Amino acid sequence: MLTINNLHVKLEEEDKVILKGVNLTVETGKVHAIMGPNGSGKSTLSYVLSGREGYQVTAGEAILDGQSLLEMEPEERAAAGLFLAFQYPVEIPGVGNMTFLRTAVNAQRKARGQEEMSSAEFLKVVREKAKALKIDADMLKRPVNVGFSGGEKKRNEILQMAMLEPKMCILDETDSGLDVDAMKLVAEGVNALRSEGRSFLVITHYQRLLDHIAPDVVHIMADGRIVKTGGPELALEVEQNGYADILAEVL
Amino acid sequence: MALAKAKGGAERLAAVELPACGAWLAAARGAALARAQEMGLPTRRDEYWRYTDPTTLTAATAPAAALFAAGDEPPAFAAIDRVTLVFTDGVFDAAASDDPAAAGVELTRLALAGQADIHWARELYGVLEARGQSPVPRPLAALNGALATDGVMIRVTGKAARPVSLVYRHAATTSDAVLRHVIRLEPGAELTLLESGPGAARFSTVTEVDVADGASFHHIRTQGRDHERRTLTHLFARIGAQARFKSFTLTANGVLTRNEVVLELLGDDSIAHVAGAAMGDGGFHHDDTVFVTHAAERCESRQVFKKVLKGGAVGVFQGKILVKQGAQKTDGYQISQSLLLDEDSQFLAKPELEIYADDVKCSHGSTSGAIDETALFYLRSRGVPERLAQALLVQAFLAQAIEEIEDEAIAEDIRGRLEGWLARRMG
Ligand SMILES: Nc1ncnc2c1ncn2[C@@H]1O[C@H](COP(=O)(O)OP(=O)(O)OP(=O)(O)O)[C@@H](O)[C@H]1O
Ligand SMILES: [Mg+2]
Repeated sequence: MLTINNLHVKLEEEDKVILKGVNLTVETGKVHAIMGPNGSGKSTLSYVLSGREGYQVTAGEAILDGQSLLEMEPEERAAAGLFLAFQYPVEIPGVGNMTFLRTAVNAQRKARGQEEMSSAEFLKVVREKAKALKIDADMLKRPVNVGFSGGEKKRNEILQMAMLEPKMCILDETDSGLDVDAMKLVAEGVNALRSEGRSFLVITHYQRLLDHIAPDVVHIMADGRIVKTGGPELALEVEQNGYADILAEVL
Repeated sequence: MALAKAKGGAERLAAVELPACGAWLAAARGAALARAQEMGLPTRRDEYWRYTDPTTLTAATAPAAALFAAGDEPPAFAAIDRVTLVFTDGVFDAAASDDPAAAGVELTRLALAGQADIHWARELYGVLEARGQSPVPRPLAALNGALATDGVMIRVTGKAARPVSLVYRHAATTSDAVLRHVIRLEPGAELTLLESGPGAARFSTVTEVDVADGASFHHIRTQGRDHERRTLTHLFARIGAQARFKSFTLTANGVLTRNEVVLELLGDDSIAHVAGAAMGDGGFHHDDTVFVTHAAERCESRQVFKKVLKGGAVGVFQGKILVKQGAQKTDGYQISQSLLLDEDSQFLAKPELEIYADDVKCSHGSTSGAIDETALFYLRSRGVPERLAQALLVQAFLAQAIEEIEDEAIAEDIRGRLEGWLARRMG
């Protein structure tokens, strides 16, 4: 599904190298987790994959189902099936959440040559999915993320994911800032979307989320590289001992 | 006393010939011309015209303006049940107009009012304009009073049956039109006034609105899309107690637009809102100049102005809230913002507060900035194409001004016009 080869990325504006040769393959239908110290480059990887400006790729490639991602516009990557749940979801005053969702769903359908969803059908689907995430009608009417609590913003990301039905979902610390119940809701939202044709890359600092979303593979990222890859037990090891042992071992 | 300086445009003003008309109107025109001569025509050196060059507005003849082909865009307010009065290059077109009686108001044209002695019109014509000459002179409003060839005089005693819709058509490339409207809302009366269209190559309108106690006046206007048109408008309103005044203007295109609004809150517990949304690309200069005076207690005023500027367009906002002594519990709000779609465009703002009462709440803010790149990326990451994402953010930026329109059907019409403009300009 997603293959990242030798990805090197620096900031466009300054000579700061952030990703120093990332290699990673996420197979179709699998859930991979990435853990790693603050500042190791996890969010940068997710932004570069989704096409945010400000970064310069100096080497390497990222292939999603045979399509080379890095040359595509952000909206083309989305239409190709990539989705990023932001670590810091963006507030957009003046744009209603519903308008935003419908515009996004229909733009992707159009890009894929599918018919637009009718208003009635859209409303029905959105209400159903919002209900499962305990997002009330009022939140759907309000401007995108404006005045939402931290946890509400994260649930709203999952709602967008559920509506867009991407095939490659990247979740950047979607668990941070969530209370225990909200964490469960988000995990259920993710689990409901798990399917043979859909893959996940879950960036997290905590085992808590991984208790609910059992990952198939766990990677450790440090200083712009994937330094270790293992099974779910790797996350437990980090939870108990931190990164010191792992980092000492690879260095 | 400063040295007497030569008054601007003295020669031109001396040569003005007043339109022929009946006695009271002739006297009012003469008085207006005398006011204009006393003040002289504005020049760039005047503080009030520092950001907008009045040369083409004061010139003896109008610069030519090509006509705009609207294509298949429906005319403004087409879906609204209204009484339409059409003026083409300032000349009333009876065949294209509705029977004014359907509005359920007293309505006479200025061109006919001179003969009849309509006392309420006589008592208003030029009166609010003259009041509005202090503390800032507005000589072009006085000149309008001297030269206006037509306009409407409306008196409303109850709730008007339908909105009165003034449609201004532009037919000749060098037309120069001057219209004056006088409106009196008696206590408790309600009226919606719609205005639309470019009007002429150079178009001047002055509207004087007297809103009596408990009355309610709504005004929504769209200024025509002719790229080369020049428009100067003045809106003077005197607002009584427990009254409501709301005015909204949409401007797209036009090489020069100056909209002056002068509001006086004279009775307690009233509200006055004035808002504008303007978009321009290239040769576009748009000036909102607003003066709100609070002279009564517990009144609320709002000024909400938003401009989207592209391709070297210029936006100007001069807005003042004056709170007089004794105008306690005044709630005054003013915001002016521009969205600059490129680095060639600019926004010049001069927000002012002057307060002589101690128990008031007044705020003003002015900002100017580019499209929020983070928001743009967020939208695109959800699959929204860049152009559409930009258009959504522009609409979001203008939304606060459009929310000032109370009537949902009219607001929808305005939003549709906005979307059309964006689709052409950003699509
Ligand atoms: N636009 C930027 N300007 C300057 N520095 C940046 C920028 N983007 C990323 N960095 C730097 O790159 C490094 C990696 O940042 P990144 O956000 O990818 O880390 P992270 O692994 O997601 O960290 P965290 O766990 O705290 O979320 C950090 O040192 C960060 O300060
Ligand atoms: Mg991060």
